[in-house]
Amino acid sequence: MNLRRLATSLIAPAIGLGVSLAATAVILISIGANVTVIFSSMWNYGTSPRAMTLMLNLATVYFLSALAVSIGFKMNLFNIGVNGQYILGSLAAAVVASNLQLPKAISITVTILTAMFVGAAWAGIAAWLKVARGVSEVISTIMLNFIAVGIISYLIVRTSIGTETSVNIRGTKFIPESGMLRGNAFIDPDTKVYGFLIISIFVGVGYWFLLNRTRFGFDLRATGKSASAARTSGVQSTRMIVTTMLLSGAVAGLVGLPYLLGQTGSYNLQFPTEWGFIGIAIALLGRNNPVGIAIGAIFVAFLDVSSGQLVLEGVPREISTIMQGLIVIVVVISYEVVRRNQVKSEQRSVARALAKQEVSA
Amino acid sequence: MTYLKSHRFIGSAFTAITMLSITRTITSNGDLTSTVTIAQALVFASPIALAGLAGIWAERAGVINIGLEGMMILGTFGAGWAGWQWGAWAGVLAGIIFGAIGGLLLAVAAVTFGVDQIIAGTAINLLALGTTKFLAILLFTNAPGGGQAQSPPIKGKIPVFTLDSIVEPLTALHEKGIFFVSDLAGLVAGLFYNMSLLTIITLLLFIMTSYLLWKTAFGLRLRSAGENPWAADSLGVKVVQYKYAAVVFSGMLAGLGGAYLSIASTIYRNGNTAGRGYIGLATMIFGDWRPGGTAAGAIMFGYIDTLRLIDTGNQNVKGLILLGAIILFTIGAWMLRSSRRNTAIGFLLLGAVMIGAYFSATSFPPEVAQVAPYITTLLVLATASQNLRPPAADGVPYRKGEDH
Repeated sequence: MNLRRLATSLIAPAIGLGVSLAATAVILISIGANVTVIFSSMWNYGTSPRAMTLMLNLATVYFLSALAVSIGFKMNLFNIGVNGQYILGSLAAAVVASNLQLPKAISITVTILTAMFVGAAWAGIAAWLKVARGVSEVISTIMLNFIAVGIISYLIVRTSIGTETSVNIRGTKFIPESGMLRGNAFIDPDTKVYGFLIISIFVGVGYWFLLNRTRFGFDLRATGKSASAARTSGVQSTRMIVTTMLLSGAVAGLVGLPYLLGQTGSYNLQFPTEWGFIGIAIALLGRNNPVGIAIGAIFVAFLDVSSGQLVLEGVPREISTIMQGLIVIVVVISYEVVRRNQVKSEQRSVARALAKQEVSA
Repeated sequence: MTYLKSHRFIGSAFTAITMLSITRTITSNGDLTSTVTIAQALVFASPIALAGLAGIWAERAGVINIGLEGMMILGTFGAGWAGWQWGAWAGVLAGIIFGAIGGLLLAVAAVTFGVDQIIAGTAINLLALGTTKFLAILLFTNAPGGGQAQSPPIKGKIPVFTLDSIVEPLTALHEKGIFFVSDLAGLVAGLFYNMSLLTIITLLLFIMTSYLLWKTAFGLRLRSAGENPWAADSLGVKVVQYKYAAVVFSGMLAGLGGAYLSIASTIYRNGNTAGRGYIGLATMIFGDWRPGGTAAGAIMFGYIDTLRLIDTGNQNVKGLILLGAIILFTIGAWMLRSSRRNTAIGFLLLGAVMIGAYFSATSFPPEVAQVAPYITTLLVLATASQNLRPPAADGVPYRKGEDH
């Protein structure tokens, strides 16, 4: 039975990948590109040491983003606000870290806690609006994303938080080397794998433990499966909503840190602001399971990094965004089709068993 | 407000003009109600209004449309691509068709396969973003006047009307600075100054929607698919067909909104929508899933955007703060009479804070105006969400013969 469940949970992403690869091939053919050359060039570049390093680094970011989304998903909460939560968290972390002159371990702990706190606080607004005022978190988090962008541009452009970090780029003061987590160049001699990779693995393990081995996790999953049943068994749904949103926001706060502490050392106006949306896609691909999410994050990061090479073949790298969109839509559709078939076959087997009983009676 | 009750409409218009007029008089900033400001506000408001209207169509039939942003992006692209080659009207048509393709995709995923509508919408946003950027590089890079991220200029124009015989005397009257009269003159003159035919079409679409959805059997059936599709089905309504029609039309409207943006800036540009699809969604909620309120929300966004962007003396945002405070005081005072004391006191306090800010600072950064519409939306949702009523089966997947 378990094997069968594993197979059914793998079949949908497999179909999704197959169909979207085929659709991508059709797109490539229709613009007159050579599909085999393109895919093999993506593969060749994507498996080079440098690309593997870049891929792991990007996957670290995506993994955290998808974890944040999936904590909410487990309870049927849509945290569309990961973008806002992580950009504010990263900014706060950059400001705090740049003013610290402490041993590395302490400095990094303080930085992480700052980012988590700010991310959670920003998500907390949406949580409060939902439980106290009945506002859908989908809309409130979208609005909060826009507000976060405004706050950041104000702080960096018009206050002393921002300085001219390089020509025509305003950003926060640089974090001293003691506060950075640059990582190790163990795959490619010239590019470092972010040190935050290890921390994000711990976050993933923590996520698994919290959801599967604690009372809180049980309540959370129960509420997600059936809110009314959970309420009857004594779970306070408002408290669960607030805690879940805060946790989701806290993890979301971390999303920018691998890049901040491993690469830029400063939050400037060119800091990527769209890593939250891809988290939604990856959480879906990974079915809210930390291992699945890790695989999904690596896969999407592979697409992103290796598509950078396609410019040489005359194909815009945006083909990777198209593929991601296709994958999401095909995967959710195939999940639904597989689920319907499962329900149908269960109904049939029940009917068969009942029919037998009637005959023997 | 199913249909505009005329006395209510006149009452609220009167209140709005009075509040604007008080603000204009205190700040002595004529820009707040000038002809140019109003005309520009309508240009900014229309695409958002179309996105909001698109949201109404989809959600009234029970399909949440987070994909509005993506459908709008498709519309901006279609308009740039076709408009550059065959003229502005071809651009509008292509924008509508591209938007409809986005709508059809959502309908297939959400109606036929019954997948989660928010996820399907998010996927469409991702797809639209990738596809348009991808095609822009392929189609526009080597085109004369185009680039990797923008199309060549759109050929020809959509007619724009200015009625000098009305605008000139009214603008002169506006410059006299008489309380209420001058402001009303500016507002009216704005309606006849650089009025695009597309804006008029937008207005007609709003009127058509109010009529079709609330006054005809077609509309009743469509809305019944969003309120209780199982009951509708039992009465013989072809729920799936209605949902398809609504969602595809929603895509067409969002595409038209995108085309409007491209036509207004004469080119397609990557990122030209800048989240307006999401804002349209907000105006729809703001307007309680009805055309009148949605239009009002869109005009608010357009007005604030305009004042921020034409802010020469750095005083417009300050004016907006005062206007916000006056609005909060008015609503707060009105609410005090009803039973909602806590909300009323909250509004009055917030209004007082804004008055304090107004008198203590000489100017405000434009970022305040940048975030003001979003904060306003959150405030409206926080105070009115108990009174808002989305369609009962909004977002619920429907399959014929399966009860929920």
